[in-house]
Amino acid sequence: MSELSDRIKDVIEREPVALFMKGTPQFVMCGNSDRALRALRQAGAPVTAVDILPDPAIRQELSALSGWPTIPQVFVGGELVGGADIAQELSESGELERVLEAKLGAAYRDDAEERVVDVLAPTHR
Amino acid sequence: MASDRLQSLLRAAFPEAEELTVEDRTGGGDHFQVTVRSKRFADMPLLEQHRTVYDALSEPLRDGTIHELRIKTREANA
Repeated sequence: MSELSDRIKDVIEREPVALFMKGTPQFVMCGNSDRALRALRQAGAPVTAVDILPDPAIRQELSALSGWPTIPQVFVGGELVGGADIAQELSESGELERVLEAKLGAAYRDDAEERVVDVLAPTHR
Repeated sequence: MASDRLQSLLRAAFPEAEELTVEDRTGGGDHFQVTVRSKRFADMPLLEQHRTVYDALSEPLRDGTIHELRIKTREANA
């Protein structure tokens, strides 16, 4: 396991909701990442975003960990929920809120903030 | 055509599918919307449904044919 892989794993496991995306919530670089972010916002979720664009290794290590080939990837409570299509579909059906409540507790909306984490930095917290 | 290749890969992976479409979203042969309706998806979590589609298209995903893939999976009506 590389250090990078460990840091990615750390984000997945520790953050309530981790969104691996192209760009950042402030500057989204891809339509699919935008769809996933909108779905999470719609559900009132806290979002910890990781921009995968600065280094192709991030995407490689992430897909090796998750077994999911495309970006974005949404994790809730350490578990892969899916990509943009699934996030959007679950959001539209109201199921995403149910998943968030089940994994994070009913009060998950209370401190729903968006932040960005850099997995390339030696220590990100 | 890339969509034909995707179509035949999906047809091979889902011979039972009641609906199977590949739409070239931009006309550029690299952004696709794939729809698969199969009875196989009954009681299968959405995540796993999408995984089976990714598995079927692992080659064009790996070799760069597919720049963007949108997936819609549906359970076939019993």
